[in-house]
Amino acid sequence: MNTAADQLLVFVILLNILILGTRRTKLAIRAIATQGIVLGLLPLMTHSFQSHILIITIFVLLAKGVCIPWLLLGALKKTESGEELQPVFGYSGNIMAGAVATVLAFVFAARLPLATLHQGLLIVPASLATILAGFIAIANRRKAINQVVGYLMLENGIFIFGLLLTEAMPLMVEAGALLDLIAGIFVMGLIIKQISREFSSIDTSRMTALREVE
Amino acid sequence: MLILLLTLIPLLGALTAALIPSNSRRPIVLPIVACLQLLLVIAVTVTGPPQTGNGWIHLDAIGKLFLLEFSILFAACAFYAVNYLQYRKERNNRVLCSGFLVCLSAMTLATAAHHLGLLWLAIETTTLAMAPLVYFNRNARSIEATWKYMLICSIGIALALLGILFLAYSTLVAGLPPSLNLETLQGYAPKLPQVWLSGAFILMLVGYGTKMGLAPMHTWKPDAYGEAPGLVGAMLAGGLANCGLLGLIRIYQICMASSEVHFYKSCLIGMGLFSIALAAIFLVRQTDIKRMLAYSSVEHMGLFAVALGLGGKALYGVMLHLIGNGLAKGVLFLASGNIHRAFASKNREFARGTLKRAPWTGALFLAGFMAMTGSPPFLTFASEFAFFSAAFSQGHIITGALLALLLMLAFLGMSLTVVPVVFGDPPKNRERTKYHERALLVVPPLALLICLGILGIWLPQPLYRLVNEATALLEVAR
Repeated sequence: MNTAADQLLVFVILLNILILGTRRTKLAIRAIATQGIVLGLLPLMTHSFQSHILIITIFVLLAKGVCIPWLLLGALKKTESGEELQPVFGYSGNIMAGAVATVLAFVFAARLPLATLHQGLLIVPASLATILAGFIAIANRRKAINQVVGYLMLENGIFIFGLLLTEAMPLMVEAGALLDLIAGIFVMGLIIKQISREFSSIDTSRMTALREVE
Repeated sequence: MLILLLTLIPLLGALTAALIPSNSRRPIVLPIVACLQLLLVIAVTVTGPPQTGNGWIHLDAIGKLFLLEFSILFAACAFYAVNYLQYRKERNNRVLCSGFLVCLSAMTLATAAHHLGLLWLAIETTTLAMAPLVYFNRNARSIEATWKYMLICSIGIALALLGILFLAYSTLVAGLPPSLNLETLQGYAPKLPQVWLSGAFILMLVGYGTKMGLAPMHTWKPDAYGEAPGLVGAMLAGGLANCGLLGLIRIYQICMASSEVHFYKSCLIGMGLFSIALAAIFLVRQTDIKRMLAYSSVEHMGLFAVALGLGGKALYGVMLHLIGNGLAKGVLFLASGNIHRAFASKNREFARGTLKRAPWTGALFLAGFMAMTGSPPFLTFASEFAFFSAAFSQGHIITGALLALLLMLAFLGMSLTVVPVVFGDPPKNRERTKYHERALLVVPPLALLICLGILGIWLPQPLYRLVNEATALLEVAR
């Protein structure tokens, strides 16, 4: 449709890699907020102007750009934030995995039968790359709060795919999905605060009480 | 309109519960709302004419059966909660009461949703509403369980959303006006491109399968079921897991209307058998009764998947098992809550000899176990019989034989725990808890059990008609 949208999508992919590679949780949260804001602007670029699209944009900007980062930063403040935890496969491993996933996403997307309207667009590969990056972040990070950031990347990837389909998704359902996301992050934030109280750390690899007895 | 009323009543109840300041009076809201809801649901399901329509929200026969099961189970849990929460006076139960009611409201909406996006929204809301309830005990173990539940279920449900988007996109690729309405999609199904449809199916199988607890996405289940209070466990196993099943059934309805169904059926059978096998193995060495029930839930969710994969006569069994499994899980979890209170432990090492310590609970636990494993005269016998007869008469001999073997193993595994818990000698050197059996701790599970027994022998005419209509909805698509 237009190059501005494609450039924004490239920016989204770069943010994925930044989030995967950063040591600082605060930076990761700011990056995911930026990604949310970019996603909020995208529908305006890919679609002709309609009130439906404008409302979605406002909702997304409020939810992903303001509300969720605020909740996450709040949760971070309540936990000891100084200590940084090495990801299971290290930071460079994280970035490598992210890069490989991005390449795979592009290769795979090229093979999918797309509607003629959407051929040659970055939407599908960017969406798949972001989803995979989200999975890597969830699996490879050890701090609960970083896993939430990974989950948000996953959600963002799904949202990008949804750009192809704004007509099929009624506004009510879309708004409901965002509300559920905010509520979900709110609950996760509460759990993170409790985790840091119980375990005096939010390192989830310390949570080993529940397992099958050998 | 009635369905809106059914969704609003629990929401209003939740609000009322949140506003009542007294911790001891608040639980009363639960049975009041539950009774109101149950009466309305019975009126809708039994007398209501078979509804047709193409709207977003209307109750079809499948939805009615799910709604009936949810309401009966919820009513039992609600009455149970009144006496149970008297034993847990030290805990504030505001979140528990409100969360329970919000969950009921969302489940009701799910049963009536014919727009896949709306269905997804309702199912996601049940996940969220239940999270604080898993954390009711407020200790390190329960926070660990809650975190796993929340993270894994959220990821799963996100994948299901991606599957829904794939499905919507497949309509675009096929050049049809995009839609997420169940009936419209069924009509489209033969024309949809195979790649996108199977992609959507796999994502939704994994996504809703996470919510159901199909292996290998079941890992949150033993932890959450093990650490949650008994009545929350009952709702998780008989309510939320079934919500996942409802999501799976909806996508199944669409896929079965497409031209190539073999792929979907083999996926379901494979995943189901794997879940049953894994559950059976873990059941053998399980010493914790609530974790045991969680694996039993994995087993039965696997059974649903296999039965959907078999199709034909097994679908009738699915509809019966939906009620049978839900209610039997209710009996077992409520009884296990009592056992936990009575012995201050849920491990078979300490919780032994329930028949001597709390005879009613012991008998209920034993009978619930028989119902769960499909012994006559309970309803589950009829449904499991339907599964086997379908497997053997439709040429799935190996599947049928494996099923028989694994269910036998699961039965033996469970009995290794159930027998000492029910018949053993209570441990002597442990301090006796203050627990004694109260009416509302025993009558609700007993009522569920009686329901199961009666339905196993005799299905009332309206219910029989409903089950047949629902089966037809699953079959007719071809």
